[in-house]
Amino acid sequence: MAGLSIKDVTKRFDGASALDGVSIDVADGEFLAVLGPSGCGKTTLLRLIAGFETLTGGCIRIGEREVSSRHVNVPPEKRRVGIVFQNYALWPHMTVAENIGYALKVARISRAEREERVRRALALVDMERYGGRRPASLSGGQRQRVALARCLVAEPRLVLFDEPLANLDVHLRASMEDEFADFHKRTGTTVLYITHDQAEAMALADRIAVIDHGRLMQLATPQTIYHEPANEMVASFISQGMVLPATVESPEADGHCRVRVLDQDLVVRCRKGERPRDKARICCRASQLTAVTAKKPGFDGTVKRAVYRGGAARIEFEPDGAPHLGLHFERPDPVTFAAGSRARLALTSGWLIPAVEAA
Amino acid sequence: MSVPRQERQGQDMALTVGIVAIIAVFSLLPMVRLLQEVVLPGGRFSLNVIHAGIVGSTTWRATWNTLCVGLGGTAFSLILGVAVALLVSLTDVRRRQAFVLCFVTPLMIAPQVTALAWLQLFGPSSPLLDLLGLAPPLGAPNPLYSPEGIVLLLGIQYAPLVFLIVRAGLRKLPRELVEAARSAGAGWFTVLRTVILPLMTPSIVGAAALTFVSCVGNFGIPAFLGIPANYLVLPTLIYQRLAGGGPAVLSEAAFLSVLIGVVAMVGIVLQDRISRRRDFRITATSLPAAPYSLGRWRHPVELGMWLLIVIILVLPLVGLVLTSLVRGYGVTLSADTATLENYRFILFEHAAARRAFVNSLYLSFGAAAFAVFAAIPLGYAIAWGKNRWIKVLNLAVELPYALPGVVLAIASLLLFLKPVPITGIHIYNTVWIILYAYLARFLVLAVRPAVSGYLQLDRALEEAAQVAGAGLFTRLRTIVFPLVAPAAIAGGLLIFMTALSELTVSALLWSSEAETIGVIIFAFEQGGDSKYAAAVSAIMVASTFLLMLLANLLAGKLPSGVLPWRD
Repeated sequence: MAGLSIKDVTKRFDGASALDGVSIDVADGEFLAVLGPSGCGKTTLLRLIAGFETLTGGCIRIGEREVSSRHVNVPPEKRRVGIVFQNYALWPHMTVAENIGYALKVARISRAEREERVRRALALVDMERYGGRRPASLSGGQRQRVALARCLVAEPRLVLFDEPLANLDVHLRASMEDEFADFHKRTGTTVLYITHDQAEAMALADRIAVIDHGRLMQLATPQTIYHEPANEMVASFISQGMVLPATVESPEADGHCRVRVLDQDLVVRCRKGERPRDKARICCRASQLTAVTAKKPGFDGTVKRAVYRGGAARIEFEPDGAPHLGLHFERPDPVTFAAGSRARLALTSGWLIPAVEAA
Repeated sequence: MSVPRQERQGQDMALTVGIVAIIAVFSLLPMVRLLQEVVLPGGRFSLNVIHAGIVGSTTWRATWNTLCVGLGGTAFSLILGVAVALLVSLTDVRRRQAFVLCFVTPLMIAPQVTALAWLQLFGPSSPLLDLLGLAPPLGAPNPLYSPEGIVLLLGIQYAPLVFLIVRAGLRKLPRELVEAARSAGAGWFTVLRTVILPLMTPSIVGAAALTFVSCVGNFGIPAFLGIPANYLVLPTLIYQRLAGGGPAVLSEAAFLSVLIGVVAMVGIVLQDRISRRRDFRITATSLPAAPYSLGRWRHPVELGMWLLIVIILVLPLVGLVLTSLVRGYGVTLSADTATLENYRFILFEHAAARRAFVNSLYLSFGAAAFAVFAAIPLGYAIAWGKNRWIKVLNLAVELPYALPGVVLAIASLLLFLKPVPITGIHIYNTVWIILYAYLARFLVLAVRPAVSGYLQLDRALEEAAQVAGAGLFTRLRTIVFPLVAPAAIAGGLLIFMTALSELTVSALLWSSEAETIGVIIFAFEQGGDSKYAAAVSAIMVASTFLLMLLANLLAGKLPSGVLPWRD
């Protein structure tokens, strides 16, 4: 096993920037998810680490070894990384056992040892009985496991997952998620897991790297990403966070400060050392928005839409003070809000998004 | 510890060098040599060759004739091919698979065999007409010895080509486009006229260009039908000049072959112009449109289609087989007079014919095997390569096939008239020069299916092997080859079939001891021994059929469209 160090990596395709100064350090044995909307550059990052693309600037190290830079490019076959491909990429002309044993055969490992290691790898993913089958005769989940066993058998220094659950149905996803987590616990492999699904990333990863438009937006634990987004992109991308304009009115004390937002005074969580400032932004979640009676602090507005979601409804709301600002929150049954009706809402908490310089 | 970039480049370089070498030897070299002969004869710039060619009135008559039969043949095959493609693709006619197999077969049969079969059908000595009591008197001219006859046969020969291209286009036609037009109130003929045919313009124009090039470069049909009527086209003119003057007239022949190349290029450029005029791009692909129900016209249409098969395929082949059973010119064929003597003669007695069978088998097998092995790395570079010169590469592979075979034959003659430099090997007047020309000409027939095989393959399969530690050659051998081989081998089979009775190239390159089957058929027919020519041809048609059926066994593993006769 080995850690991975990505330093200031830049990749341009014909002048168009795909990755721009991305730096990520993955500790030995860590499970790191790379999360971002489609087209954000996360697949490019994976292909750079694997060696399928050459980078434009920066460098990548696996363990102590520099594998990619302007001057160095270790070919993929010499990097000792394992990849679980999105569509598994099992070779249809080989049996399951041949698929798994391929890397060992290429490395000229003796037949006896090869067979033993293939057997162990199959056992690891609970597929002992399927060694003689062809990939075409396996189900989606079984293929996924074979792909996992195949990438593990050569004892790679690093395992890359390329959206491995994107092609599976919802039920299978949940059980494969469990298997991945379990697998990581047992093997202690360093994992870089590419996904666009936040729930997957939250469930599996030690830390998440959020990428957008080729830039690293935030690199932190799932809890931090959720509760303390570093910027507006992360705030709005994760769990449909709402970003509201606010004025900071008191300096930070004990991790909190007072802000004025939509005519309401509110105490929000914030970073150390925040000072009063204008044009600040806060992030709040649907759960931090409640309906209140007329006398209580809050703000008035109009309900634009009420979408019933079974057991609860998603209410879209427009405050009078800022009509372009779409707010949304959940109301359990029985739902009394209807489109066009008036209501008064209040924020219960929030997070002060750090100023751009600080991010 | 850092690894220099060069580490990965060793095998990459070897592959690149190999590909460049193949392209250079089999594609660029002959073309450059040909142009050099025309513009720089003897190493000095001169327009004498061009001037000498231009002033000759024979040249102009042959060029004019080439254009006439080229355009006529193209028009005829377009009408036939497009009509059949529309019927097969858009309506509910039955037994499509069998019909397509029969309709495409003329394309698989060598042109000179087609010509011979038709001559046997219509001539005064036609056993079939004789059986029916319709034969013209002996000595009467065969009606096919005319420009109209050439146009008719070119049309039948290449209608399948049009059919295949237009059919491929129709398969990609999304049904939404048809359904949108129908729900807008358009009837089927309006839809056909306003939506389907306009969208098929690129396919039809592309097919027209390819057919034109094939018609212009065809040697077998104008040789069998035109030479007796003294109606010369450029390929037959070159053949006559070379047959009469030998290597001395090579410069003139070179000029004439460049002229064919120019005529062919005009067709291709025109196609490019027309396709760019409007936007014909089809965005979405979806299920094909539901077949149009012919209703009570279904039976008559089906009957008509099979009648067409009888006329273009069954009758000529019956004529061919009957002729091969005849004892001699003018002898009426009956159960008593039928004989297998002609087969015995060509298979066991005629030394040159026996040699030709062996030569052609070796030549086509060699060309096919080489092409299969060359097509896999070439296809790899074309389909998966990242370099900018890929397009050039593709064009370079296509060129020798796009240009008429005569051009390549002349180029090969020029290249090898003198011994190969340094080695001193002399391949002129041997079977090796034919092999060289076959390799150059047919390589693309294996590269194209290989490329479509690569495009249907998920690149991640190779990348998975790469991260497993396999170097380029290991990946090519263990992953890429097994997956692409069926497509490339099917391409090889096409080459084998095409090369087996090839005539255009070998007619100019053959020598005593180095005959091919195509040449033997031609020689028998020219010498008046139609019965022997028919016997050889019948054997060739039978083996072609067998090979087609053999290839069908591979069909399950192939990307669709690799075997033209599979629907």
